Amino acid sequence: MEALVASAVGIMTAAGIYLILRLRTFPVVLGMAMLSYAVNIFLFATGRLAVNLPPILGHAGAETAGYTDPIPQALVLTAIVISFGMTAVVVMLSLGAFIEAGNDRIDLGPEENKK
Amino acid sequence: MMGHWIVAPVVLPAFLAPLIVLWMRFDLRSQRVFSVAGMTALVALAITLAVSASTNAPEVYRLGNWEAPFGIVLVLDRLSALMLLLTSVLGLAVVLYAIGSGWDKRGWHFHSLMQFQMMGINGAFLTGDAFNLFVFFEVLLIASYGLMIHAGGEARLKAGVQYVVYNLAGSTLFLFALGTIYSVTGTLSMADLAQKVAVMPASETGLLRVGAGLLMLVFAVKAALVPFQFWLPATYTNAPGPVAALFAIMTKVGVYAIVRIYTLVFPAGGTIGWLAQEVLLPAAAISLIIGMIGVLGARDMGRTVAYSVIGSVGTMMLAFAQFTEAATGAGLYYMVHSTLAAAALFLIVDLVRERRGAAGLAITPVPPIRNAGLIAGMFFAGAIAMAGMPPLSGFIGKLMILDATRGQWWLWGVVLVTSLIAILGFGRAGSTVFWKAHAAEGDQPEPTRDATAPGLAFTAAGGLIAGLVALTVFAGPASAWLRTTAQQLYTPSAYIDAVMAGAYERAWAATSGHGDSHAEVPAEGHGADAPAEPVSGH
Repeated sequence: MEALVASAVGIMTAAGIYLILRLRTFPVVLGMAMLSYAVNIFLFATGRLAVNLPPILGHAGAETAGYTDPIPQALVLTAIVISFGMTAVVVMLSLGAFIEAGNDRIDLGPEENKK
Repeated sequence: MMGHWIVAPVVLPAFLAPLIVLWMRFDLRSQRVFSVAGMTALVALAITLAVSASTNAPEVYRLGNWEAPFGIVLVLDRLSALMLLLTSVLGLAVVLYAIGSGWDKRGWHFHSLMQFQMMGINGAFLTGDAFNLFVFFEVLLIASYGLMIHAGGEARLKAGVQYVVYNLAGSTLFLFALGTIYSVTGTLSMADLAQKVAVMPASETGLLRVGAGLLMLVFAVKAALVPFQFWLPATYTNAPGPVAALFAIMTKVGVYAIVRIYTLVFPAGGTIGWLAQEVLLPAAAISLIIGMIGVLGARDMGRTVAYSVIGSVGTMMLAFAQFTEAATGAGLYYMVHSTLAAAALFLIVDLVRERRGAAGLAITPVPPIRNAGLIAGMFFAGAIAMAGMPPLSGFIGKLMILDATRGQWWLWGVVLVTSLIAILGFGRAGSTVFWKAHAAEGDQPEPTRDATAPGLAFTAAGGLIAGLVALTVFAGPASAWLRTTAQQLYTPSAYIDAVMAGAYERAWAATSGHGDSHAEVPAEGHGADAPAEPVSGH
């Protein structure tokens, strides 16, 4: 399972980085989404991978079979919410830029320097 | 002691922003009143907190009364109080300028976005938890996305997309860094991290160093240090004038985070060795060189000022990267100065843009604009301050940095030569725009007509310059105060004790009390947070 999770994070990060280096906004937005998936899984894995264990400790003194770390789950929840919101923002912004400029290139182009 | 007031700089704008957007949506006048009142209250709050912080040890505010490594704390010390004060003063000037120049009516929700922006920045300066720092970074970024594209327009939206994408990539990197650090240490509370990192055996710190390095990259993106400065010129030039002025504090959020984390959690010479200095010093020097060459090479005034922001971040990072008390004190002085100077220059440049019509900000002679004399004088003062010429505070700041880095001659060479380049750059821009204007032929350019109260706009920009003058006149007390602030930064035990001393005991007492909830009498040490009998009216 470790190999699967690790390669999932690695491949998605690689794909995300490739996509955000593209010239058009659509692949860039996809790349951002890909990167945020990768980082969410990465965050989840920072609490170590444990299957079928509760995210709580047993009563003090009682024998516990083990637990999964709940903090990365809380962190990843926050990160998911934020990255979802940010993706929505960047989609709206790119649409706005596309409608204003008539193209979806992400660079400013030569007209920028004439300002 | 400030008690609950510590959270007020976050809570006040957090209440005002939705109030403005929901209740006063169509009433610009009341939006303006509440926005200015909120900013004034923030200034008053920041002054009170700074006065308290300058006599007391670092003070902790436990959100929800959860103890430190389990819950999130806000910490008020001298550095965070200083940053709060700087932010609120800047915020007030920016809001006044936006009202006076009419920028706030060219798009929607300027004032509520400003309040959200204040909430994020203040929170980032106060928080004592690394993940919470990330959350506040996102709050301030999402507000800044809205402000950046305020009033729309093709170039602004395109520059906005670049800015957003760059910062989203930075945020992703931030999460990777935090995850790496958490996987090694099992905590993200800064004080707890500092304790755990300090006792970690050197053989097990490989992954931790990766995390520390990644974190440095993230903060370098925010601070626009080379090689992560590419987002800054286009963003600052295309942002509305008052927003660009406010963004002068945004690079300082990155600088603040570097200073905080690399004195508290990863101190130089500690567990991660001199990693921070080895990375920061060359990056700062190259930022300074590139920034000041950019000032000389820029073809419009917005870019001139934007590049000088990169240069000034480089200058202050040269000081911070020494990791000594004297140099950090000097760096803090220069940081206060350069924030005010950059904001003043952005406002002045916007005054020019408003009056030049189609010519925009290009450094070309255009017949004299309205109020040319006053604006030229203000630009002259701002440029002197930014380039570091006497008599204004830039000169004092650079002198203090040179004094603190005595013996590193290459560094002196970089600072002095780049100052000369900056003087040339500003001189060229100012003389072309304001002097050669008299030789240019044609009619006076048509100014923008929708300014609400031009006098107020001039007052706001002038107020920032007055702040620079005050910083020069009171350089003695100010630098002494900042020197003590630097001392506090280099005795992190005070910060750690404030957060962590007795935290586990109190947390244990609270939980064991709740564990016996069926008991008639609460356990001793339960504290006042769980009354024995229900209080009427709740």
